Amino acid sequence: MRKVYMDNGATTQVDEQVLEAMLPFYRELFGNPSSLHSFGREVKKALEEAREKAALAINARPEEIYFTSGGTEADNLAVQGVARALKKKGNHIITSAVEHHAVLDVCKAMEEEGFKVTFLPVDEYGMVSPEAFREAVTEETILASIMLANNEVGTLQPIEEISAITREKGIVLHTDAVQAIGNIPVDVGQLGVDLLSLAAHKFNGPKGVGALYVRRGTQVNKVTYGGGQEKKVRPGTENIPGIVGLGKAIELATADVPGKAAHLTFLRDKLIQGLMKIGDVKLNGHPEKRLPGNANLSFAFVEGESLLLSLDMKGVAASSGSACTSGSLEPSHVLLAMGMPHETAHGSLRFSLGKYNTEEDVDYVLEVLPEIVERLRSMSPVARRGKQG
Amino acid sequence: MYSEKVMDHFKNPRNVGEVKDYHGKGEMGSTRCGDTMVLTIKVGEGEVIEDVKFQTFGCAAAIASSSMMTEMVLGKTIQEALAMTNNHVAEALGGLPAPKMHCSNLAADALHKAIEDYLKRKEAAAS
Repeated sequence: MRKVYMDNGATTQVDEQVLEAMLPFYRELFGNPSSLHSFGREVKKALEEAREKAALAINARPEEIYFTSGGTEADNLAVQGVARALKKKGNHIITSAVEHHAVLDVCKAMEEEGFKVTFLPVDEYGMVSPEAFREAVTEETILASIMLANNEVGTLQPIEEISAITREKGIVLHTDAVQAIGNIPVDVGQLGVDLLSLAAHKFNGPKGVGALYVRRGTQVNKVTYGGGQEKKVRPGTENIPGIVGLGKAIELATADVPGKAAHLTFLRDKLIQGLMKIGDVKLNGHPEKRLPGNANLSFAFVEGESLLLSLDMKGVAASSGSACTSGSLEPSHVLLAMGMPHETAHGSLRFSLGKYNTEEDVDYVLEVLPEIVERLRSMSPVARRGKQG
Repeated sequence: MYSEKVMDHFKNPRNVGEVKDYHGKGEMGSTRCGDTMVLTIKVGEGEVIEDVKFQTFGCAAAIASSSMMTEMVLGKTIQEALAMTNNHVAEALGGLPAPKMHCSNLAADALHKAIEDYLKRKEAAAS
């Protein structure tokens, strides 16, 4: 059976060149970079080279890159670290209703520490309004965390407009760029952000490693206590193979962003146009301002988990914002924040394309999915009523 | 995550559709997750369920529970069918993951509603 992986928003396949770069650090180059001897020195060199690569990829300085265990830890460090460092200045944080849980749930935890948090609503496309952001700012606002690209619906947030406000008001701005790296240009200078999170496994690097960019001069309190690694901000012996992998992966992923984006956009649009022909299908997220590889669609009268399992039986991997796949009985908070009714959110399906996807993959999905939708609709009492009404 | 039985009933659901000239109809919606099921039955001599069909909007657990339930009640008397619970359906499926247990509620509840509907119609016809 043909296998088609279209869940690159969940994770990506490690690039062969990345794996090759990592392997020596699991074998002969096993030293601890904090050691003074030759074993330590040679890996210390690799660590700093990876830092330079990560910095170069986002137009930062190497000393502004702090390696973490992934996107979630980077988000935690950013929000908790900055909020606590600036506690004396104010107690208000602004974020959005569609953030990843790694930001949303940290913000909720900060409320318990006495911070006040504004969760900005979004429009039907999942976009935050810069005007609403400006209105939310108070004398007490110290930190804002707004994602660059949404993981579920792919909507790109107007970060440059928001950073114009945070700079004017002296607010620290963090962005979760986990889904953005390698898919759209990411330049911390142009974006005007003070902190930025990224995760290697979203751009064909290994799992368990990420980084937080912290603009020089931005105060961040440590969240973990320990040794002197990562300038004491993130202690713990460095995950050298992972960090080397991140360095190689980000170098490859950002070598030709326009080229990759063009490839993904072509596939995405073909997929969307083909699936819209099924009928009673709606595109979720912004029609243009979206990640080049993200196609999130709602199929009326059918349920997402049934779609996913049926696709899986045909060898196709995708994901869904349906309650039935969340384990919580609640559909995706992102889709609900966009004002989507529960039943539409239930029938949502996300295809996230990656660099290894081909036009044949798209054609295969377009061949198998219409039959699946028809089969499930034929079983659905809601569909019958929908047609009558 | 799902047992082989669940996947079998999801892939090849039994008794899908609507019974022609049905004697009872039960509709059940879960307010918690949005799943909906419509069940129709035909009751023959000796109050035996001689035909049953379902339509379900929902996840694999909801579809499999519906399908399994129709298989279980076919040929049973309405008294036997009324004694059937969601746990019986879940057990027959080889168990359901904990967050999916409510999906089997749908099937047993829709069945009981269809029987109530049948009894009401019968009473109305008699009076």
